[in-house]
Amino acid sequence: MQRLRRTMMFVPGNNPAMMQDAFLYGPDSIMLDLEDSVTMAEKDAARLLVHNALKTIDYGNTEMVVRINPLNTPYGKKDIEAVVKAGVDVIRMPKTETADEVREVEAEIEKVEKELGCLGRTQIMAAIESTLGVVNAYEIAIASKRMMGIALGAEDYCANLKTQRSPEGNELLLARQTIVVAARAAGIDALDTVYSNLNDMETFRKEVELIKQLGFDGKSIINPRQIEIVNEVFAPKQKDIEKATAIIAAIKEAEKRGSGVIAVNGKMVDRPVVIRAQRTINLAIASGILKEEDIL
Amino acid sequence: MNINNAAAGTLESGDILVQILPPDSKGLKIELDSTVAYQFGDQIKKVIEETLSNLGISDALVKATDKGALDCTIRARVTAAVVRATGKDVWKD
Repeated sequence: MQRLRRTMMFVPGNNPAMMQDAFLYGPDSIMLDLEDSVTMAEKDAARLLVHNALKTIDYGNTEMVVRINPLNTPYGKKDIEAVVKAGVDVIRMPKTETADEVREVEAEIEKVEKELGCLGRTQIMAAIESTLGVVNAYEIAIASKRMMGIALGAEDYCANLKTQRSPEGNELLLARQTIVVAARAAGIDALDTVYSNLNDMETFRKEVELIKQLGFDGKSIINPRQIEIVNEVFAPKQKDIEKATAIIAAIKEAEKRGSGVIAVNGKMVDRPVVIRAQRTINLAIASGILKEEDIL
Repeated sequence: MNINNAAAGTLESGDILVQILPPDSKGLKIELDSTVAYQFGDQIKKVIEETLSNLGISDALVKATDKGALDCTIRARVTAAVVRATGKDVWKD
């Protein structure tokens, strides 16, 4: 089953208590942060903490992501070495503006993986946080076969755009749509930016509904309280589940008969419909509405 | 190995503050203050000793204030303190 990334929870990389408890809340991915949430004086200690946590703590099926410092700082290369040696699933690049930056990170990952004998294991995702990054979104998305997703970082993007965030998010519309289109064209995931006001869950829910409608796979979050709302919004409706279940059953039936053509309720089912049905089923299972045995 | 005064970690819950100082005598001396000393004091000291030994530190005074850190956090904080106290590059050595 394709991995779901409805929620990617940010956890400061120098906070052991939060790092050890984060997975208890059930985010799909945890992003341990070595960049903005760690002061320059603590970069060395945070790197060691994240390395040891990744090697020791059993995070179960949670996808483990680490946001590294950019390669043009004294910390970026060391971050890559430390987290690849600890077996991280995904390296998240901050403030990505060009495809070359992705290829530079890939080269550093390869150096470490060659030394370890595990070439190709680590995936990359890129946060796009500037106007240049948005313009180059598709080139970034296809820069490496390791790319698993691109994400919007709205705070820096808005500053670069010479505006600020509004509850409606009109200023982010072009960036969001560009990122989703680039991700889909590249066959990778699209993740939305964080929403930082924990006292306004109503606006947060509206934002999640908007980004789901735009086509995003999920949202970066900063607090466990946001997980339930995202999961509720992304959970498929009963009628969609019934339709998807019927389509998947029809496919299995057609496979048995050796037929390539599938019809449900008299309508022919083509590939996009099947892909959407499978995603609905995956979301329904992840949301606890369906069990895997229900669709066998 | 020359050791300067250095520290790593915090006094927040789930963390441990580790200070490393030049030894006043041969060997390792560990002074531990822990909220869970009655249960895990020996284990915490063992993790500190093993981490120091793996880093080639045999003579040092260590003062640790533990707030319920996991073993992996203790290892990380001791290593960070050693890096700061000695300049050792743990990723290359």
